[in-house]
Amino acid sequence: MSDTAARTKRSTKAAMGPFGQVGKIVDELDDRLGVAKGGRVFLDKIFPDHWSFMLGEISLYSFIVLLATGIFLSLYFVPSTQQVIYHGSYQPLNGQWVSEAYRSTVSISFDVRGGLLVRQMHHWAADIFTGSIIVHMARIFFTGAFRKPRELNWLIGTTMLILAILEGFIGYSLPDDLISGTGLRIGYSIAESIPFVGSYLVTFLWGGQFPGTGIIIPRFFLIHVLIIPLVLLGLISVHLGLLVRQKHTQFAGEGRTEHNVVGSPMFPTFMAKTTGFLFMVTAATALLGAFVQINPIWQFGSYDASKISYAVQPDWYMGWLDGALRIMPSWEFAGWGHTIPFEVLLPAVVFPGLIFTIAMLWPALERKVTGDDELHNLLDRPRDRPKRTAAGAAMFALLFTLFGASSTDVLANFFHISLNEVLWFFRIAVFVIPVIAGLVTYQLCREMQGVHGIGKRKRSVIVQRSPEGEYSTVPTPPRPDDVHTELDPEPVPVRIDIEPLDNGGPREPESSPTGVRQVTR
Amino acid sequence: MSDGDRQPSRTRVPMPVAALSDPHMGDAAKHPARVEKIIAAVFLLAIVFISLFGAGYVQNWKPWILGGTLGVGLFLLGFGLTAWGKYLMPQGPFVEERHTLASTAEERDAMSAALVERSAVVVKRRKMLGGLFALGAGIFGVVAVFPLLRSLGPLPGDSLDVTDWRKGTVLVDSNGRPVRRDTLVVGGIMTVYPQGQVNALTGFITDNGQAVDQTVLIRVSDEPFTTVPGREDWTPDGYVAYSKLCTHLGCPVGLYEQQLELLVCPCHQSMFNVRDGAVPQFGPAPRPLPQMHLGYNDQGYLIAMAPYDQPVGPGFYERTTT
Repeated sequence: MSDTAARTKRSTKAAMGPFGQVGKIVDELDDRLGVAKGGRVFLDKIFPDHWSFMLGEISLYSFIVLLATGIFLSLYFVPSTQQVIYHGSYQPLNGQWVSEAYRSTVSISFDVRGGLLVRQMHHWAADIFTGSIIVHMARIFFTGAFRKPRELNWLIGTTMLILAILEGFIGYSLPDDLISGTGLRIGYSIAESIPFVGSYLVTFLWGGQFPGTGIIIPRFFLIHVLIIPLVLLGLISVHLGLLVRQKHTQFAGEGRTEHNVVGSPMFPTFMAKTTGFLFMVTAATALLGAFVQINPIWQFGSYDASKISYAVQPDWYMGWLDGALRIMPSWEFAGWGHTIPFEVLLPAVVFPGLIFTIAMLWPALERKVTGDDELHNLLDRPRDRPKRTAAGAAMFALLFTLFGASSTDVLANFFHISLNEVLWFFRIAVFVIPVIAGLVTYQLCREMQGVHGIGKRKRSVIVQRSPEGEYSTVPTPPRPDDVHTELDPEPVPVRIDIEPLDNGGPREPESSPTGVRQVTR
Repeated sequence: MSDGDRQPSRTRVPMPVAALSDPHMGDAAKHPARVEKIIAAVFLLAIVFISLFGAGYVQNWKPWILGGTLGVGLFLLGFGLTAWGKYLMPQGPFVEERHTLASTAEERDAMSAALVERSAVVVKRRKMLGGLFALGAGIFGVVAVFPLLRSLGPLPGDSLDVTDWRKGTVLVDSNGRPVRRDTLVVGGIMTVYPQGQVNALTGFITDNGQAVDQTVLIRVSDEPFTTVPGREDWTPDGYVAYSKLCTHLGCPVGLYEQQLELLVCPCHQSMFNVRDGAVPQFGPAPRPLPQMHLGYNDQGYLIAMAPYDQPVGPGFYERTTT
């Protein structure tokens, strides 16, 4: 290298300051936007470590997978119920009348390169999205993370769950296959059952009596690919914005108080872990999409309102509503020139409305009952709040029982028992099981509160016999896992120093300067 | 700007990667070089699989190979990155103080005062203006809803009450062939549509034909029978026809238990006895399936002697009781 070139390089470097190109970019940005101060705080943002805190991340990352795979699918999907005769690579359908939506979905599955994989990834990601929201919500509920000041985020989260279920149902309906079409027909009839507005609602939405004027699939497409994703994106932004502003909750522990957050920093530790997790969630959907078939619509056929298949069941997150519809007695009110189909209205409109209202109002209800108006940043152990935990367990027991009730016919067939007995079992179980689950949970929580050293491994003892014949017990020394000593947390330092390994072995932490834990290599 | 001015605002302290005494880290903290090698191997494997996915896409391999290579590749990439974050990056525990979000009492009062007092001056003294503006905005709100709601679709009118069946409409099968006296043997069942809703040349059935008019035709016996008193002549030659729309949620009542003479809805297991007027025997359906008055025309084709005497399908508020 010539002397001049080296000098130029050195002088450029010198002109850039001690932080080189990055420092220059930060300077330029800070001149215009003033990002340095807040940015530094953001890089230092502390994320508490607990496995249950990644449940919400699963939802976020499956949403990203949904956006990416959804864009791919929307390039090929044709949202139209125009009837066409199928000519394509799936031979059994050749020459049949199918709708354009169905034809394009079959074509994505067989004729578009990678199409089947992306379609199945999209469906699996949707199931993971809804499922992880529910599990994340359960974590928030049972640990009391929804308490003041985080009631608004609980509300936003519940709204997102409702939207996720709606979005899933609508997306499931888009291919216009026999099973989803039947689901859509049921959805129509549920909307139709609402007094005063029902028939207007359905004719407005469908453009006439079912199946309407072919307008529903284009409308659902718009709702599915634009409106709900946009609302979800907005709500997710607010959800995460509030999380940053209010900071994370954390479990109690050494050095952890209501007034601090202890964990690892945003940059680089948390960022590396969470980005890795994004890849792993995507990988999970890819592997499921590759090896576990989901919604093989070519086997069901295009929707024909006068055809139906056996064991018609919706996607799992609608199962509880289907179960409620099945076990409801046939109580229709008819009189004074009007009909109110309570057998549909109560289980499919009033009941879910009630469940979600209770969910949304829970933080306010709990505050009213306990009179607790404090700010809470430390999480509860579920066993320390037996009443709340029991209520949550009862709610889940109710939903699981209803989910089971959505397969009454399959259960009756499988166990060779009468459908009537299965039906009556669920009609009783839906009241009894939640009560039992609640009482048992309450009792378990109370018992666990009283036990000394709960959650810790029992230490073995050595029984000794003295020469005189006297027996005595000696406790064994604690195992390394048992002495879980939390280290003293300290503020995030500026610089990472990694010293090279000098004598082959790491130095003991005792030899580091006081207050600084250091690893040599 | 000289180097001296560019000292970071906080003192430089070496950032610990992982504490040797951290029980979660164990061996990894003591042998970071070994961990680094493992992660490098994981990344290399990831590169192989992701490249394989690319090759597979170009070569149009089977979907499960594409998904398998992509999934394994992405998993390894993510696993390596997470392990890097967990074992080779500073774990802390670090602490961050929570700053009180709430403002001081003075700041709160200042905000409330601005809201209340300014509005007292500006709004409350001009009550009429405020009222008129609210009225205008309110009317706009109501009016704006109309294009949105009203343009969506037609008013229901009586569209939910009627089908395409008229007096004299010929029953045809899904290929458009009219149904004759000998089309079904006893125990036989088929779905029929009004003639005109099925194109006999292309096999195309209209939406309305499929969704509203669909009717299930069953030959229960050799001779006429009475389902319900008053319907003595509705079942010529043992043929009986019911609307195929379940009165619960509108699924097609597609299963027929021949031995029990029950029509079963696969959606929620409502069961209707075809011999006694499709009265629900089981399940959540609230009403019998509407029965069609059958007869023959001059050519010997089965026809509807009258439209359905009530709306078909599930209940709705405007449905008059019959």
